[in-house]
Amino acid sequence: MAKSEGSTQTITKRSIALPGDIIQAPPDNIIDVHNCVLKEKDLNIVTVVSLLDIEEVGEGSRYKLIPLKGRYIPKEGDVVVGIVKDVTLSSWIVDINAPYDGVLNASDYLGRPFSPTTENIRKYLDIGDVIVAKIAQFDRTRNPVLTTQDKDLGKVVEGSLIEIEPSKVARVIGKRHSMISMLEEMTQCKIIVGNNGRIILKCNDTEHEYIAVLAIKKIERESHMPGLTERIRSFIIEEKIKRGLIKHEGE
Amino acid sequence: MLKNADGSAYVEFGNTKVIAAVYGPREVVPRHEELTDRAIIRCRYRMLSFSTSDRKSPAPSRREIELSKVIREALEPAILSHYYPRTAIDVFVEVLNADGGTRTAGITAAALAVADAGIPMVDLVAAVAVGKIDGVLVLDVNELEDMFGEADMPLAAMPGLNKITMLQLNGVLTPQEFKQALTLAMKGIKQIYELQKEALRRTYVEIGEQIV
Repeated sequence: MAKSEGSTQTITKRSIALPGDIIQAPPDNIIDVHNCVLKEKDLNIVTVVSLLDIEEVGEGSRYKLIPLKGRYIPKEGDVVVGIVKDVTLSSWIVDINAPYDGVLNASDYLGRPFSPTTENIRKYLDIGDVIVAKIAQFDRTRNPVLTTQDKDLGKVVEGSLIEIEPSKVARVIGKRHSMISMLEEMTQCKIIVGNNGRIILKCNDTEHEYIAVLAIKKIERESHMPGLTERIRSFIIEEKIKRGLIKHEGE
Repeated sequence: MLKNADGSAYVEFGNTKVIAAVYGPREVVPRHEELTDRAIIRCRYRMLSFSTSDRKSPAPSRREIELSKVIREALEPAILSHYYPRTAIDVFVEVLNADGGTRTAGITAAALAVADAGIPMVDLVAAVAVGKIDGVLVLDVNELEDMFGEADMPLAAMPGLNKITMLQLNGVLTPQEFKQALTLAMKGIKQIYELQKEALRRTYVEIGEQIV
């Protein structure tokens, strides 16, 4: 299943790393963005089931780890799709698919001071409403604080919501947005991907929407196999032919 | 194995059949139980009422409560709980069929389920029991061997780090026998450990083969 893939003249070998596996390499050669490796004394211990890419570059090998499973842990600056689950006097408690609930203050949502004595907070957002928000503040001692004061953030009024494994979000977006722009182009949908594994689809018709959902589920299932973008592209074309949306390959 | 759980595993040790499910890290439900510096690990070991030849009362017995604690303490050194402060990790171990060594099978299954849930851990935990029957040390005792043997010693360890996380001894062993039993158990644990890793890897390789 190892196959060379990607940009420059690097040879990539793919394998699955498991908890307890030890990587014997200088720590500088291990690229570990997602915190899969525990450095103890001179040992590098893998802590979660993850995908290990070994790249041969020049003088040594480079080890890259991507987790295959795991809950979403909020990070400052992440865009998340949340569902309002409770209302307080001047804030909303938002389920963001993480072990910690998000807090969205009314003044952050409205962009102006909010006084609960003169206005009813439920007028703006109520339980069950879906929002796209950004994590403004989070340090694990207190629940994450959300904000909607940025471009494309706020209440979602149309579209459909799907949930995937949060660790697969990077695959749905792809290298330099390659996957997501391909999906948007081929299905004519507007796709908003939250870092917490929730995706909002805004499509023109149900047939295209259904294809997009199938494609995203396929990405989630086969994310650890090389050549994903191409496989998804041919999958969408196949589905389109099946549904009679196009006649031959290549629209 | 189980779709609703974050991670799950099924383990058979001969006639002993155990299923384990892991949920979390998630919010701690009785709020006062949460810890500010790490996740709490909660474990429930249960023997289903049809798991033995005489129907077992479904009410949690004294033995089950104790084994829940034993399994939890065997897993705790492996799980990096300080990564997720103020959360809970729930481990459920259900014995479908009991034929001795349910605690060791339970620990083995629970460790697999924790790894499957993507919870960071320093190493997998594998467990096995050594018994003494008519003066002979045997590995992986079943119910009959346990009942009529002179000693029973369950052992759980993290083979990658060479650390023991649980050690119990029922009966009498001489110091020499104890040392022999320990090496025998570690040998068994290493075999189980390899099977655990193979099982984890297989879940992903199988998906890969479907599309080729």
